[in-house]
Amino acid sequence: MTTLLSTPTPARKLSRGTMWSVLALSVLLSFGFFSLLVLGGASTDFNIVGAVLLAAIIYVALSFVMSRIVEGRRKATDRLATGLVTSAFVVALLPLISLVYTAVSNGLNRFDGDFFNSSMRNVVGQGGGGLHAIIGTLEITAAATLISVPIGIMTAVYLVEYGTGRLSRAITVLVDVMTGIPSIVAGLFAFALFALFFGPGIRFGIGGAVALSVLMIPVVVRSTEEMLKIVPNELREASLALGVPKWATVVKVVLPTAIGGIITGVMIAISRIIGETAPLLIICGMSTSMNYNLFSDRMATLPVFVYTQYSNQGTDTQAYLDRAWTGALVLILIVMVLNILARILSKVLAPKGTR
Amino acid sequence: MDTDLPATRIRAKQRLGDVLFSGAALAAGILILVALAAVTIFLVAQALPAFTADPADVSKDGRGFWSFVIPLVFGTIWAAALALLFALPLSIGIALFISHYAPRRVALTLGYIVDLLAAVPSVVFGLWGITVLAPAMQPLYSGLVDSLGWIPFFAGPVSGTGRTVLTVAIVLAVMILPIITALSREVFLQTPRLHEEAALALGATRWEMIRMAVLPFGRPGLISATMLGLGRALGETMAVAMVLSPSVIISFALLTSQNPTTIAANIALNFPEASGIGVNVLIATGLILFLITLVVNSLARFIINRRKDFSGAN
Repeated sequence: MTTLLSTPTPARKLSRGTMWSVLALSVLLSFGFFSLLVLGGASTDFNIVGAVLLAAIIYVALSFVMSRIVEGRRKATDRLATGLVTSAFVVALLPLISLVYTAVSNGLNRFDGDFFNSSMRNVVGQGGGGLHAIIGTLEITAAATLISVPIGIMTAVYLVEYGTGRLSRAITVLVDVMTGIPSIVAGLFAFALFALFFGPGIRFGIGGAVALSVLMIPVVVRSTEEMLKIVPNELREASLALGVPKWATVVKVVLPTAIGGIITGVMIAISRIIGETAPLLIICGMSTSMNYNLFSDRMATLPVFVYTQYSNQGTDTQAYLDRAWTGALVLILIVMVLNILARILSKVLAPKGTR
Repeated sequence: MDTDLPATRIRAKQRLGDVLFSGAALAAGILILVALAAVTIFLVAQALPAFTADPADVSKDGRGFWSFVIPLVFGTIWAAALALLFALPLSIGIALFISHYAPRRVALTLGYIVDLLAAVPSVVFGLWGITVLAPAMQPLYSGLVDSLGWIPFFAGPVSGTGRTVLTVAIVLAVMILPIITALSREVFLQTPRLHEEAALALGATRWEMIRMAVLPFGRPGLISATMLGLGRALGETMAVAMVLSPSVIISFALLTSQNPTTIAANIALNFPEASGIGVNVLIATGLILFLITLVVNSLARFIINRRKDFSGAN
């Protein structure tokens, strides 16, 4: 066999058409098999995930064997690798599709005016909504952004424009360390901080904002730093040569040039923290009523709302589950909109004349 | 530098704006130092009572703090390691697919789709894991326990709900997938074009080119991406808290209803009802989690930075 394959005969090759028909055949086989299971009564639903997986396995195996016979060992290994790499991508898409599908189909049940118009005050069972949670999330996220963005941007300005030597290196390292802080530890920190002043029963919105800031600042610093670094030095030098003070150079020349990237970074940072649950669970607690005041009393937030609706299901289970999924859907939508907005803004605000 | 030419040095005029602005920038930088110091100090301050407290107060069985923490540490590392086991091969596959297999024009879009996974909040992953994934996996688990029950990992009795550590590991794997993918994709794309073309010119197939040029070049980056993913998996809270049916034990069985829980999930589940010394114990476990992730992340950074110096790309 090996001598036969290593002789320099004209290279035999599987054509594209053949491979496509092999793919069609494996899909047909796999879906046929799972349909038979349903028809035969072995299972009740058509297992689409299983069918896709089986089709991928059949295709990879078939193409490997055929290629091994026709094209030889090396080409066969190449085809095997291609098949496996492609299947890895398809497999990764499965949870995403399943998750989005479930969130949309379950979330639409309560995606109505009532949900956006009422809180959970005095609601057991049907009805009620997540307005208090949406307000809480918006307020806490806004407060966290107000704390993080100035600190984050000024730190990045320090690191890029002023910082030299040991202090700037220490800050860089510590920003890295902060990036790795688990969200629940940030929540514990906020709790430990405020419990010291206000006693161990403390639960309020601003604590959540502080916890989220700990998570948000490093993201803002990192992205702003990257953006400031790619502002060409010629711009700074030209400005300084005209006699513009350094602070005005930074404010009027450097920051406006990088503003697109900075805003994108801030949006990404917001979308990262807006879905955080664990720290808010610890320091904000949960409430069923509206609370507009960040500085007193427990405050509901959307992620915690989703969690409590799931974990404390009342007698009418379905109503609680529906509210949880609607909350999840709203959360996904907010994050999605933020991400898309970030992308659009970075395009619109990109410095003119580059590329 | 300054001392070399003291006489000819022209001093810039000290402007108030400059002093204020650079002062504000410096203050922001120092605030980061202070914040991190505060995190450590406050956590340690609140955790200390747990270490010194009477063992009988700390845990119900009265055997003290460490016998309570060690199973949690085990659970945290065990779940994260399992998640990494699933996520790593998949991520490498996806990153290679996007960087070297997919047509150039669609590669960017495909990358964006994988990044979308990173945008999904963890509480939604938890909800999905418990309502969709766990019931879907349960029949498979029963099958595994029935046919392969002699392997310790698949020992029975099988969980009736599917809320096992294996389900948690799958959810965690999906959550860390985009992080590892994004980083390793960047590293793979940095492979010097010349290396790739040289391999192809020598007659290598695409896979051989990847094995000879791309993977060796990307290995350090891959390792650090893995570490960062591991760090995220270690600290992940809500997905574990919602999906797992927890207990504080050390067990390698993947499919039973007795699962080792993680530090983060344990804090999230017990904190709202905790009081007195219980709060201190939970904060102490949080401190330990902080230290574990700190070590893992520092290792990752160390590898990244070391690579920067020797990389052929620069």
